[in-house]
Amino acid sequence: MTPVMWEYVRPEAVAWAAFIFLVGITFAGALIAVLPRNIIYNVFGLATCILGVAGLFIFLGSEFLAMMEILIYIGAISVAIVFAIMLSQPLHLTIPPTWRPKLYLSFAVSAAVFVSFSIIVVRTPWEEALLRSDDWTVLRLGRLLLTRYELLFELISLTLLVAIIGAIITAAALGSGRGKEVK
Amino acid sequence: MNSLNTYLFMALLLFCIGLLGLLKRRSLIGMLISVELMLNAAGLNFMAFNRFLAPDPAVGQVMVLFIMGIAAAEAAIALSLILALFRKIRSVNVEQARQLKG
Repeated sequence: MTPVMWEYVRPEAVAWAAFIFLVGITFAGALIAVLPRNIIYNVFGLATCILGVAGLFIFLGSEFLAMMEILIYIGAISVAIVFAIMLSQPLHLTIPPTWRPKLYLSFAVSAAVFVSFSIIVVRTPWEEALLRSDDWTVLRLGRLLLTRYELLFELISLTLLVAIIGAIITAAALGSGRGKEVK
Repeated sequence: MNSLNTYLFMALLLFCIGLLGLLKRRSLIGMLISVELMLNAAGLNFMAFNRFLAPDPAVGQVMVLFIMGIAAAEAAIALSLILALFRKIRSVNVEQARQLKG
């Protein structure tokens, strides 16, 4: 566009369009992650939904967490799920049709949860804190992680280490013929 | 776009979609994907409260980082268990895993 045309584009309109687009891909991705029966579509739906949520994190003021979201969920978890699909080949197995009452019950339960929680959301008087700091920098985040939340940080790191070692042992030793096979 | 309730309802809808998937699916990998959706809804909720109500915006971000760490550990464990189960019963369907039923 020419510079003259840019003057007619209002920043709020662009922000609204971006917001609606992000909400759209978030929920479209979430529905694709849940509804289709082909598991590969579900993984791509999950990745799309994560992209939308990362964009919403930018709207909520934290670019750092948006990057972390993409890095961890798309870069690590989705790729790990794709590897698990590749190794366990669920695409070649025949799937019996879903028992119909289970389908209706699951829709009913999630609708009930939605209605009851939305009543809670609407009827609670949310109150803003009296004193609010506006320090959104990564510097403060890093300071907090290494001072006030250091024990939690170390615990999470240890949990992750133990989980990954346990995952390797479970996947490598339990399944590869050393465990007892079931006829 | 700039109100707390918008984000709370979006997180609630995301959580309910995840719950629907968790109840509906029988493939263990599909259930794991639904659990990831629910964890994301929790993170979105933390960030919304952080942006609109909390006194210190760094605390909510720290919590969301911890949620992501837990989600990564959970996914690693769950995927390795799914692989081990697949090697035993040649299926990733939860309804096939009933050896303890007797």
